[in-house]
Amino acid sequence: MDIITFIIVSVIKIALILFILLTAVAYTVWLERKVVGRMQNRWGPTRVGPFGLLQPAADGVKFLFKEDLTPPHVYKPLYVAAPMIAVIFAVTSIAVIPFGNWLNVGKISTPFQITDVNIGLLVVLGITSLGVYGVALSGWSSNSKYSLLGGLRASAQMVSYEIALGLSLVGVLILAGTFSLRGIVEAQAGHFGPWIPNWFIFRGGQIVAFFIYLTAAYAETNRIPFDLPEAETELVAGYHTEYSAMKFAMFFMAEYANMITVACLASLLFLGGWSGPVFGPDWLQQLLPLLWFALRIFVFLFIYIWVRGTLPRFRYDQLMAFGWKFLLPIAIANLVVTAIFVAWKG
Amino acid sequence: MLHLILFSVFGLICVAGAVNLLLQTHPINSALSLVVVMGSLAVEYLLLGAEFVAAVQVIVYAGAIMVLFVFVIMLLNAGEEERTPGSRVSWLLGIPGVLALTVIVCWALLRSETGTVGLGGVPQADKAFGGARDLSELLFHQFLLPFEVTSILVLIAIMGAVVLAARPDSEPGRQG
Repeated sequence: MDIITFIIVSVIKIALILFILLTAVAYTVWLERKVVGRMQNRWGPTRVGPFGLLQPAADGVKFLFKEDLTPPHVYKPLYVAAPMIAVIFAVTSIAVIPFGNWLNVGKISTPFQITDVNIGLLVVLGITSLGVYGVALSGWSSNSKYSLLGGLRASAQMVSYEIALGLSLVGVLILAGTFSLRGIVEAQAGHFGPWIPNWFIFRGGQIVAFFIYLTAAYAETNRIPFDLPEAETELVAGYHTEYSAMKFAMFFMAEYANMITVACLASLLFLGGWSGPVFGPDWLQQLLPLLWFALRIFVFLFIYIWVRGTLPRFRYDQLMAFGWKFLLPIAIANLVVTAIFVAWKG
Repeated sequence: MLHLILFSVFGLICVAGAVNLLLQTHPINSALSLVVVMGSLAVEYLLLGAEFVAAVQVIVYAGAIMVLFVFVIMLLNAGEEERTPGSRVSWLLGIPGVLALTVIVCWALLRSETGTVGLGGVPQADKAFGGARDLSELLFHQFLLPFEVTSILVLIAIMGAVVLAARPDSEPGRQG
């Protein structure tokens, strides 16, 4: 593939993946409103389009045309930059996530992935760890007590749970022996026993790591039961109290894009990525893995919403104690046990 | 060629961030400039082929340590700093000192370019060095003792912070 084709293919892939990601973000909001509505014996959105399916579009238009208020007491440069930082880092991390095998159209052969780097997992962790600046700076630059408290809580929480989250992934890394997300998926190919797939969640006690990851990921994305940064009963809306119109929508987009990234990582690291039954003609064989991957992400997002509809919010001291005194020791124990297991098996 | 251009651009960003860090009067702007310095350093490592170090640089420095800096600034609600001319000693000794250090470092690096000097006994890195495996083999074999001693140093620093933070006069059961 020469350089011109490479650039064209890359631009098409980036545009397509960005479009799909942002659409997925919009429809995750719709799904959440619908599912939580049904859980609470309500209908959720029904008026705009069939089943309220055009509601995200209506919301988008509303956000764009609302007056963009800037309160007089804010520190303007950071107040404007904070939502951008949040959404940029949330969207960028999708760049290294693989969605499927290779696509072959005519002479062109390209992976379902914007770029394959051999430290893919670290890139995702690094970029998402920068996302905390959006939250922290919005809280600080708003110059309001609710925002400041929300920003402080969010940054403390995200830094604390990042440790447990990172450690829970090390077990998988030891088993797979690579940082490349594609490599990790390839390490999970095949079966053991008659029918159990070779996913890391079933191997070497990594089911513990999976639940640590899931819990820490909820805290990282500031979702119920860890949504202390925006606890509306005490902090109005936390770090985005002073934001309106599209700036507020950007925080919203960042939160849901982060949820999707977390779901992608969980599928790739623990659930075999895009593996699944493949059949039919050649084009179907190439596209079916995408469907299996999307299905896993859908299940994760559904569980997110389910948890939101079920659990109450933690108290702040409970949140910190849970992260440091419970999740972290278990994550370290899991790491040590996995390391011994791998060393013993040679 | 593209590598060289990118390397120079990010080097300039890095230096600009460092200068801005000193010029800003507000602590949070200085802290954010430092984030820019860390980020562009990570890109430089990446351009040199040290992917793992670059990722760790972002995760540890930009993603964790600088977040704590920002956190502390937010917590203390630190305001604008006053600008002072600086003491005469710092003018007389500081600037020549910095110049001398720069010259020495440049000289050492330029000499090692010709292959006569390896830095600290480490053989000159070949093109593919910088992966997680290479780095951990160095850390856990050749430099195991310094590595472990550093971890003890960090532990001592943490204990020191705890001792300083826990006020002895506060009533028992209540942490200061």
